[in-house]
Amino acid sequence: MLRLENVLKRYKTGDVALKNVSLEIPDGQVIALIGPSGAGKSTLIRCVNRLVEPTEGKIYLGDTELTTLPPRELRKARRRMGMIFQEYALVERLTVMENVLSGRLGYVGFWQSFFRKFPKKDVQEAYRLLDRVGLMHMADKRADELSGGQRQRVGICRALIQDPDLLLVDEPTASLDPKTSRQIMRLINELCDERGLAAIINIHDVLLAQMYSQRVVGLKEGEIVYDGPPDGLKPDVLTEIYGEEDWEATIEDVDEDEEEASSK
Amino acid sequence: MPKIDTADGPVWQRRRTSKQRLIWFGWLIAVAIAAYAWHLISEKTIWFFVWDAPQQMVDISRRMVPPAWSYMDVLWKPIWDTLNIATIGSMISMAIAIPVAFAAAHNTTPHKLVRAFALLIIVATRSINSLVWALLLVVIVGPGVLAGTLAIGIRSIGGCAKLLYESIEEINQTQVEAIEATGASPAQKMIYGVLPQVLPTFAGVGVFRWDVNVRGSTILGIVGAGGIGVQLNGSINTLAWTQVSMILLVILVAVILSEWISAKVRHAII
Repeated sequence: MLRLENVLKRYKTGDVALKNVSLEIPDGQVIALIGPSGAGKSTLIRCVNRLVEPTEGKIYLGDTELTTLPPRELRKARRRMGMIFQEYALVERLTVMENVLSGRLGYVGFWQSFFRKFPKKDVQEAYRLLDRVGLMHMADKRADELSGGQRQRVGICRALIQDPDLLLVDEPTASLDPKTSRQIMRLINELCDERGLAAIINIHDVLLAQMYSQRVVGLKEGEIVYDGPPDGLKPDVLTEIYGEEDWEATIEDVDEDEEEASSK
Repeated sequence: MPKIDTADGPVWQRRRTSKQRLIWFGWLIAVAIAAYAWHLISEKTIWFFVWDAPQQMVDISRRMVPPAWSYMDVLWKPIWDTLNIATIGSMISMAIAIPVAFAAAHNTTPHKLVRAFALLIIVATRSINSLVWALLLVVIVGPGVLAGTLAIGIRSIGGCAKLLYESIEEINQTQVEAIEATGASPAQKMIYGVLPQVLPTFAGVGVFRWDVNVRGSTILGIVGAGGIGVQLNGSINTLAWTQVSMILLVILVAVILSEWISAKVRHAII
């Protein structure tokens, strides 16, 4: 379970990105975090794994209080949180396999990782994951040879091989076309389901948020203004989050899976 | 930009008239200074020597041909020394420049003070010409190839480290963040997040510097720091112009060769 208590983030510039955000995510729950650009979505998930240091407040992952952990303990805690990025953030000059295995860096020593001598168990798990996302044949390709959708799937493998309890997903579909976006969102959803993972998914697309989450949290100017089921996103709620607009067309009744089945 | 309303609609010009006049005035002053400087230089020049220059040039050129082909027997060893000075010097400088660059790049430096010290090393080694380093080192370690190698090595640290640390600062930081998010240690972050991104540049910088150093090391012999410059100095002093032309020819070939190799290698990496 992840619990945020009155988390506040003030950047050096004086901008307050998060204003006393409290949020509780039970094990295995997938939530979509929506809100306009600059609402603090990225800051929120980066505060959880402390790529951004929260200014005030407490964050608990299970019983561990994350905000006060010393570096070594923080690294251990990070192993339990897989992160997926908007621009995939693969190390482009490394191979697909190396990128996936880099998810195990928190578990292996320096020289082991320097000489790429990962434990057999890790390597087998990497192959299993690549097979699961349909990229077995790409294992030895360099990451920059892959398409956007393929890269994001490698990113997902890198997060999953950490064997995390929680996924932090930052705009996973912002650089992808609509079809690939759905495939990626479905994949993340299925994998969370298979492994009983909780996830926070930052996402722009309201429709995708509704389709692929159990709960939606709306963030506006650093404050939570909506927290409820996906079908509770009525026009007045969206106006509250994003501002005045004609929302009727956006929230057509959510009928899923009209597209072709599964990924290629 | 100023817009001026006239009877037949707005007119636009690049600058305000007053500002434009100021700029013309600035040009006028610049031209005046140039003219005055020319006057000063001309006063201190012995024009007889200048008018004589073309004739002297023809004269020296005549005395330089044909090059003393047989002198080549003597030159093999010094040109080999020169190449070695450049190669080993470049290796030494890269070996030192890489850690200095990581200390100087603001995204990998361990501390602000360390960064300041690294920048100091870069400036200090760069600002002193390799000939000056060679002069000092000839006194310290004695004349010969070692002094030349060290001079080239020290002189190149700054140049290499500067290019390297700029490339480190230009890396894609999210890739490093992604590695950090897995729970990697700082050292692992370096080898997985940073190094793969900068390695091609590192190789390119090394080869480029080697190419520069081949040119630089040809001259070091003039102060006794080994290489083909020793012969060049000797030949000029004894007015052996056919030997001088032979040496210049050898240097030319060596430089062309090194540029060709470095271009090929860099093309292969990038």
